[in-house]
Amino acid sequence: MSEDYKTQHGHTHDHSKLSDVELRVRTLESLLIEKGYVEPKALDRLIETYETRIGPRNGARVVARAWVDPDYRQSLRDDATAAIASLGFSGRQGEHMIAVENTDDVHNLVVCTLCSCYPWPVLGVPPTWYKSPAYRSRAVIDPRSVLREFGVEVAETKKVRVWDSTSEVRYLVIPQRPDGTENLSEESLADLVTRDSMIGVGLALTPETAQ
Amino acid sequence: MNPPDDAPMADLAIREAPPAFAAPWHAQAFAMAVTLNETGAFSWKSWSEALGAELKSGRYEDSEDGYYTAWLTVLENMLCDIAVTDPSELAERKNAWDRAARATPHGQPIVLSDG
Repeated sequence: MSEDYKTQHGHTHDHSKLSDVELRVRTLESLLIEKGYVEPKALDRLIETYETRIGPRNGARVVARAWVDPDYRQSLRDDATAAIASLGFSGRQGEHMIAVENTDDVHNLVVCTLCSCYPWPVLGVPPTWYKSPAYRSRAVIDPRSVLREFGVEVAETKKVRVWDSTSEVRYLVIPQRPDGTENLSEESLADLVTRDSMIGVGLALTPETAQ
Repeated sequence: MNPPDDAPMADLAIREAPPAFAAPWHAQAFAMAVTLNETGAFSWKSWSEALGAELKSGRYEDSEDGYYTAWLTVLENMLCDIAVTDPSELAERKNAWDRAARATPHGQPIVLSDG
């Protein structure tokens, strides 16, 4: 674009333009603030919380504790909502948490066929693929092939259990503790726990693969 | 399955800190719905059902933008349903923001001139 063009048409290029969705967001935000339904500071705080403090590291701490502490594991089985809250992570949408444990016989996989229900307090907001129609339908119809696409081969002798989340019940997969991690601290163990392993589309890392 | 930008293969590299939101407007739309639920404007069950139905309509692209556009539509609809606002007020305010944006020099904060 030539300098002349810029000068000639400067007025159109020097002004802002918001996209349709940005205009709709500003519209709602300004109306909700004016009418007293939301406070700008509360919105900013909530966004900051999800950007910095709520994410899969929370879930990893739950899993690592369950790996090292049999009493904690039992409390997760008895009342996962309370056990998770005891580490400081609790849901604000009134959801009930259930921890599902992977074993030598069972591999668990979590989906939300309705929309995108997900255990926010322990995993943050869901990744794009979790919200995709393909994952939401195929995880139920053919979980083994979905797992294969994520690089997880589940032995035919092992059962695959699929858990369909709802607005009221959210699931957290407790992956199996990798072999050769007997001497690791709880903190180092937490580094082996990936987001995907807590949805069930991955396995916990081993100390080697974590490098 | 169409591998998105955070496909499992890329997961090792990004597992520490994938950004929670891909665009500021996604975060704002998310925060408004969560806050309104927390203050009791609607239940999370009715929200999830409405969002599920909207996503099922096939009107949205399979992407973060598509997902949050559906989210935003549900938010508008629910706020009209519970009479917090109505379609004509939304349209009027949207036009006001559009005019304000176009009248604002690039780089300056965009503000509505009158409420």
